Amino acid sequence: MEFFAWCVMAAGIGMGLGAIGTGIGQGHAIQGACEGVARNPGASGKILTTMMIGLAMVESLAIYVFVVAMIILFANPFTDQVLELVTK
Amino acid sequence: MTHPFLFLQWITDQLHLHIGEHVTYTWLVMAILIVVAFLASRSLTLVPSGVQNLMESVVGGIEGLIEETMGEEGKAYFPLIATFALFILVSNLLALIPGFYPPTANLNTNIALALTVFVLTHVVGIKKHGFGYIKHFMGPILWLAPLMLIIELISHLARPLSLSLRLFGNMYGHEVVLMIFLALVPLFLPIPMMLMGVLIAFIQTFVFTLLAMIYIAGALEEAH
Repeated sequence: MEFFAWCVMAAGIGMGLGAIGTGIGQGHAIQGACEGVARNPGASGKILTTMMIGLAMVESLAIYVFVVAMIILFANPFTDQVLELVTK
Repeated sequence: MTHPFLFLQWITDQLHLHIGEHVTYTWLVMAILIVVAFLASRSLTLVPSGVQNLMESVVGGIEGLIEETMGEEGKAYFPLIATFALFILVSNLLALIPGFYPPTANLNTNIALALTVFVLTHVVGIKKHGFGYIKHFMGPILWLAPLMLIIELISHLARPLSLSLRLFGNMYGHEVVLMIFLALVPLFLPIPMMLMGVLIAFIQTFVFTLLAMIYIAGALEEAH
């Protein structure tokens, strides 16, 4: 049963670590966009769309971690083997 | 972990059919799009009103976006890109209605969409450049070509993966967050998350179509 406790821990800690990097990256992107708009408010439309694309690209890293966490939690491929070993 | 009650799923269960919920809801999205397109184009007038007005602005917006990103060459790919945009947008927005399941929250639908883009980029590239399309994978320096070929192949193979997983993760993650909030505090707390869901639906549609356009435009341009 320790296996499942570690699975939950891995999903939680992994999601946290993934969120740290993504948060820092998105913060940098938004910082650049804000500075750009402050200097040249006329270009805000183009900056906004470019920033959105960039944010979505950066965000996909966190999304990968989320998908892996969901696989660990709900569709773990080793669950059957572990249960077999436990009941043996 | 998705909506507790899906009415199309209930209907198929009553009929003892074994069809996945993403398939039935994809049919629903197709039906919605066909009906809206029929209503919009049934009686075309020079001065648009009602549904025709709405669809004209939507189609015009997509056309402008394609011209901005791909130039004149992109006009030929307008049907495909517009279909992607409308299908993904309607399926994403479907997630906000209770009892409806967004087909894009299932990996099968997204992989189908992403593989279409993947195959099309290479077909378009080979059609345009012939055998010279391989230059796209070789990099600028000749003696680095064997190394660049492997790197480029991996990066091209990662494209459908990232396209499909991005859309799937965003939509599925939104569903899960909404369900958890609904279980914790069912009153009023999910509303800000649903507002965010509208934003996510539009941004993910935009990102998917824009990336598809960039990939196709990349296959069309001359190798460096």
